[in-house]
Amino acid sequence: MVIEGLLYTKDHEWARIDADVATIGITDYAQQMLGELVFVELPDMGKECAGHDELAVVESTKAANDIYSPVAGKVIEVNGELESQPELINKDCYNAGWICKLQITDTKSVESLMDSKRYEEYIGGY
Amino acid sequence: MPFISNTPQQQEQMLAEIGLTMDELFDDVPRELMAEAFDLPRGLSEQETRNRLMELAEKNATHLTCFLGGGFYDHFIPAAVHSIVSRSEFYTAYTPYQPELSQGVLQATYEYQSMICRLTEMEVANASLYDGGTALYEAMMMALRITDRNKVIVDDSVNPIYRVMIHSYTQNLKIELEQTHCEDGLTNRDQILRIIDDKTAAVIVQNPNFFGCIDEFSDIAEAAHDKGSLLIVSSYPVSLGILKTPAAMGADIVTGEGQSLGIPMSFGGPYLGFMASAKQYVRKMPGRIAGETLDISGQKAYVLTLQTREQHIRRDKATSNICSNEALCALTALVYLSLLGTEGLRETAQLCADKAKYAYKRLTAIPGVEPHFRGKWFFNEFVLDLPYEAADVIAKLIEKRFAAGFPLGRYYDGMENSILISVTEKRTKQEIGMLAEALESVL
Repeated sequence: MVIEGLLYTKDHEWARIDADVATIGITDYAQQMLGELVFVELPDMGKECAGHDELAVVESTKAANDIYSPVAGKVIEVNGELESQPELINKDCYNAGWICKLQITDTKSVESLMDSKRYEEYIGGY
Repeated sequence: MPFISNTPQQQEQMLAEIGLTMDELFDDVPRELMAEAFDLPRGLSEQETRNRLMELAEKNATHLTCFLGGGFYDHFIPAAVHSIVSRSEFYTAYTPYQPELSQGVLQATYEYQSMICRLTEMEVANASLYDGGTALYEAMMMALRITDRNKVIVDDSVNPIYRVMIHSYTQNLKIELEQTHCEDGLTNRDQILRIIDDKTAAVIVQNPNFFGCIDEFSDIAEAAHDKGSLLIVSSYPVSLGILKTPAAMGADIVTGEGQSLGIPMSFGGPYLGFMASAKQYVRKMPGRIAGETLDISGQKAYVLTLQTREQHIRRDKATSNICSNEALCALTALVYLSLLGTEGLRETAQLCADKAKYAYKRLTAIPGVEPHFRGKWFFNEFVLDLPYEAADVIAKLIEKRFAAGFPLGRYYDGMENSILISVTEKRTKQEIGMLAEALESVL
């Protein structure tokens, strides 16, 4: 499932851009590939990152994967619910399973992201 | 290269195929690292080899009465330890990646971890590391990961061998290592409290420290926690039979050398590093952890848990490089502790302390022998000042069949005349008396 209106990365993160704030999560494709998630390491508040910096770690019973920042920005909010309920990402990766919010510091970094149509083609190619 | 089973003709053929000479093939190896010639002696027959090795083995001084400590101790090891550990089910067990085939070794590992937790009173322990020194290094790296800082304070009363190891591991990393200097036998808390700041990831201390003195770190733990830093305590497991535990002092990570738990002293190991921490840091902890769970039919079962942090899954971002660890040594410690039991370990520790106190009295009564740190509590080791260089005294006492102690001048400037003497439950009153007589005769 790919949602229209969101932007996507090749590493299977999504970003919902709302003015200068980007909400970040991982895609349905990613959560399916990882399987049941058991742990999410959230970024520290205030952490500053460039586009494609390590932001968080998600762990399933079989793998641990880095989540990269889709855009350059500063962490202004994290989804604390994930600490006790990492499975929210499996259940509802585009809404309740969001990971963090970034204050975008470089709007240019947004331009390189894929729209839903291109991302769909991208994962179709797997 | 005669050990490679291809012939010179085959080598030439292969070189011709890739269009290189032998020199060109090894061009990337710096000249100074290339052997000029191997110049090996002619091969020996089995009989000759055996004789040669016996000759070398006879150079080992295996008959000495041991008062040598410094992190590795001559404790009594019940014969049952070796018998149990040598069972082929344990002896040949490999990494238990497939829990359905490895319940025995996984349960043993789980029980080992539980015992380390009981000893230290910490919440979680891993399945062991290489030795006390690498465990301390891993604890430091763990603190750096937890705090995302790069300054570490270590007191020089921490085992100097461990400090050398930490230095070797970290010299090319961006870690600011600050050393405080122990002056009166106890950790230099004044200096630590002065330099600890909000960049400090951890303070590393040891109890009993390298000089054998017993310390209490609650104040340092409090100061560290105030700054968001961690307290790492290196400890001597046998001493925990009677001493206040690191957890009770507020330690965040506890490590130590597990050799004293049933593993014989040997030059270079294999030894056993143990590590325990507060539960909140378990995901940052290196090495394996065995966990207890329920299988699909609801029965108790054991697995390697939190594996995703490890290198076979997490690759270069793994929490450590531990792969084939000291599982058999950990098992040995488990068997030793099980045989001794709570009361046995307490008695062993008490005997060590009592006999050390007796030896201290007996040896300081010798004219010219003075205690180095007066009025300090010690566990089973203490420092004495001799009238001349300790290394020379020790050499003379080897002639008299004593490994009398460790010459502190080897690691501490100005302590050339100081000797570190260790007494375990194995030493008898008679042996202590004989050491005193031998020492008196060489002064």
